Amino acid sequence: MKFDAMVEVKLRPGIADPQGATIERALPALGFEEVSGVRVGKAFRFQIDAQDVGAAAEVIDEMCKRLLANPVIEDSLVIELNPIDG
Amino acid sequence: MSTNIGVVMFPGSNCDYDALEAVQAFGATAHILWHNTEDLSNIDAVILPGGFSYGDYLRPGALARFSAIIGQVKKFAALGGPVVGICNGFQVLTEAGLLPGVLQKNKGLKFICDNIKVKVEADSVLTHDAQRGSILEIPISHFEGNFTCDYATLEELESQDRIILRYEDNPNGSMGDIAGICNKQRNVVGLMPHPERAYNSIIGSGDGEILIKSLLNSASIFSDSK
Repeated sequence: MKFDAMVEVKLRPGIADPQGATIERALPALGFEEVSGVRVGKAFRFQIDAQDVGAAAEVIDEMCKRLLANPVIEDSLVIELNPIDG
Repeated sequence: MSTNIGVVMFPGSNCDYDALEAVQAFGATAHILWHNTEDLSNIDAVILPGGFSYGDYLRPGALARFSAIIGQVKKFAALGGPVVGICNGFQVLTEAGLLPGVLQKNKGLKFICDNIKVKVEADSVLTHDAQRGSILEIPISHFEGNFTCDYATLEELESQDRIILRYEDNPNGSMGDIAGICNKQRNVVGLMPHPERAYNSIIGSGDGEILIKSLLNSASIFSDSK
C-alpha cells in the first residue's frame, strides 16, 4: 500500500527557540495580542510504500530518529498517514 | 619530517583553503581531501573546515555526516588521530556523534561575524601548547553557534574538563559560554572560532598561531606513534 504522510519535527520542550521567541514578539505589533507559546518546527510531506499503517509508522519513526530529527533537541510526530486510493 | 594534514572538502565548504594555508604557514604539508576519500593512511591530523556543507540543508552538518570520509574520520579518531572541526566542521562532528550536543541558531537570530575573545580552559590536541587561562582573540562567523545539550551532558563536559574554550563575552547564547569542546580522549575537538583566520597578525590577529602549532605538534606525536 501507498500512504501520504506528513511528519512534524519540533524542538523538545525546554529547548530555547530563538525563532519562535522573535515571532512571538512581532505578532503584537500587528495586533495579534492573544498569541503566546510560539514554537517553530519543520514539516515533511512524502509518500511511503508499506504493508499497512503500522509498518509505515515504524519506518517513519526510524527515519526521524536517523535523519529528519536531531534527537538531542528535537521530537518528531506523525501528523498524517493516509492510504492513497487506487 | 613534515606532518601531513588533511583538510576535508565537502560541497559547500568555504574555509578549506584558509585552513590549508594556515597549516602550511607553520611547515606542515597539507592535502585537500574530497568528501569521498576512503584512505587516510598517510594523514597525521584531519581538519573539518568551516562553510556550509551540503548547503546546510535540513540542519548544519546533518548531510555531511553521510559522506564516505566521515566513516574514515571515525576510524582515524578511534586510533587516536587528531581531528579538529572548525565552525561547520564542529556542527558535522556533533551530527556524526563524535562530539555531544548540537549547535543551535544564535540567540538574537543574527549571523555574527566579529573578533571575539576566548579563554583557554582545558588540554586537547588543539590547546596543548596554549597556557590555561590565556585569552585569545579569534574571529567567529556563524549563524548556528549556540551550543546546546541536556544538563547531564553539560555536567559531564564540566566534570571531565572537556570545555577547551569559553567565550569571555558570550555572543550567541551558548550554554556554559562554550566556544569549543573535546571528546574524552582529547583528540577530537570542535570549536566555533576560526583559528585559521587568525594565524598571523597581518590578517588581524596572530592568536590562532598557538592553536595551529598545538595541532601540528599533536599530529607529529600521532605520526610517530603509528
